[in-house]
Amino acid sequence: MSDINVQRRQFLKTSVGAAAVAIAPGILLFDMAHGKTEAVTSKVRWGMLIDTANCADGCNDCVNACNKENGLSGGLSQTDSQWIRKVDLKDMRTGRELSLPMMCQHCENPPCVDVCPTGASFGRADGIVLVDKHLCIGCRYCMMACPYKARSFVHEPLHDQKADVPRGKGTVESCTMCVHRVDKGQQPACAEACPNKSILFGNLNDPDSEISKKIRTIASVQIRADLGLNTGIRYQGL
Amino acid sequence: MSNHSPLQFKNRLYYALVAAGGLIVLIGLYAAHMMEQHGHIITGMNNQIVWGAPHVFAIFLIIAASGVLNVSSIGSVFNKPAYKARAPLAGLLSIAMLAGGLTVLMLDLGRPERIIVAATNYNITSVFAWNILLYSGMFAAVVVYLWTMMEQRMKTWSKPAGFLVFIWRFILTTGTGVIFSFLVARQAFGTAILPPMFIVISFAWGMAVFHIVQSSIYTWNNKNLDEYVQKRMRNLMGLFVIAALYFVATYHLTNIYFAKQTEFERFILVSGGVYPLLFWAGYVLVGNLLPLLLIFHPSFGKTGSVIVASMLIILGGFSLLYVLIIGGQAFPLSIFPGFETSSSFGDGAIGLYQPSIPEIMLGLGGVGISFLITAIGIRVLDFVPREIPKSP
Repeated sequence: MSDINVQRRQFLKTSVGAAAVAIAPGILLFDMAHGKTEAVTSKVRWGMLIDTANCADGCNDCVNACNKENGLSGGLSQTDSQWIRKVDLKDMRTGRELSLPMMCQHCENPPCVDVCPTGASFGRADGIVLVDKHLCIGCRYCMMACPYKARSFVHEPLHDQKADVPRGKGTVESCTMCVHRVDKGQQPACAEACPNKSILFGNLNDPDSEISKKIRTIASVQIRADLGLNTGIRYQGL
Repeated sequence: MSNHSPLQFKNRLYYALVAAGGLIVLIGLYAAHMMEQHGHIITGMNNQIVWGAPHVFAIFLIIAASGVLNVSSIGSVFNKPAYKARAPLAGLLSIAMLAGGLTVLMLDLGRPERIIVAATNYNITSVFAWNILLYSGMFAAVVVYLWTMMEQRMKTWSKPAGFLVFIWRFILTTGTGVIFSFLVARQAFGTAILPPMFIVISFAWGMAVFHIVQSSIYTWNNKNLDEYVQKRMRNLMGLFVIAALYFVATYHLTNIYFAKQTEFERFILVSGGVYPLLFWAGYVLVGNLLPLLLIFHPSFGKTGSVIVASMLIILGGFSLLYVLIIGGQAFPLSIFPGFETSSSFGDGAIGLYQPSIPEIMLGLGGVGISFLITAIGIRVLDFVPREIPKSP
């Protein structure tokens, strides 16, 4: 075999090796970025049952857990984002007082999705209502339409964001039901953090799930059920 | 030489006015740039009052842009020669105000640089998305209409084009009203009376803008407006003002009758601080009673009174929109009917709002754009109404 041929083989071997080294991390990253390949299905409807009797007045653990998980500042000014908040209620006729966490109710017929001009507000097949931060033009029509005051507008430039929770100045955001955790088989941060286990997270479409069994046996309500939005968040003891 | 000096003076005055308009536009654009750089934190808007002063300016301009076309519709569709002579000017004003209003609306977006997304990703259930088509269609329809009126060979098409514009602006103002009608949970909105109310209001505001521009043009050219035409147009404006007041009164009276709405009405009409003040003093007194006096009282009704009346109608219009749009958001959402609520996110509390300088500058920038388009349009094309003698 001539020297030239040996050299050519050597060259080809080195080239293939170099190409493999160059491409391999890209393929790995591509897989990582795409995560789970199976699509979200409507066989699942994620929801929560919140037991207001167990929700302690003055306890903010769910709010703090949400802020930490999603990289929110926790500021309470009128321009700060609050994805979940504690609301104190007093019945005007009987004087009964209670406290409960309030967030995006993940409606089956969400007004925010209906009014969004670009389709940035959307409902996933599994019932989670989200905002696509790349499509949101920041018109705030969804905030006008939401009956639950669930949405916040990012009024200032953001720093130190969480890799799993994309946010952006000039776009609207709200509770994602910790979709990045749910997709990994975990619970939303608020549900996990509640010291009294007042937030029960689960699949409303599975008759054998704990949440389905419970809402079959106890009285629960949807907030502003008169609007017919069929919320994914239910309250007990309201 | 002496004959030339007034003309020279006028010429310079014209350029000074155009420069002033341009400066206002530049300041508005600078305000938008600041809002984009720093975020909406530099405006008075917040998570409770999400639409503020820019929306008041934008919606006023868009409503007036539709209403001013009434002048051309009366000419083209209903064949009144006195109005026909004014149709091109009305068309120009409509385009000018639509451009001003839409620019404000666009630059107030959180991400104005993504406006193209509104065209590439279209949600058919969104009335905002419908309005994108309605507004751009309106531009096109009015441009075609102007062309048919100004190009001799196209004159035969001016009637169908006028009819298209007539229909289109009804749908357009309906679309603007529906933005608010479709808000199911806000007590100020969510009612089907808003689109027809916006349509009637547009007649009054459009007419007021038209009166001011027409009078300015006539004064500039040392012309006198035909007394008969002036009387007709003045009385028509008065009629529109009364009709608009009727709709606003019906809206509030219906609300007062519903127990679930009385708290909201008390807030807007009595206890809400700046909102009742703007409603009663700004809209009812300045925007209705005073103009009606100036229009219909025998000792007024001359050109000067009509211009003052028109300005007052416009001021009243801004007051009404401020009360409707911002007051409507300031009143808290009824999330838990029957409960008193409080939270860190303003539940149960009246929303606070103080318009900031950048957002007011942005709004005025929109008015500046309308002014510039009108001033330049009148200079370069034939928009000045030519009187047809002895109008029937």
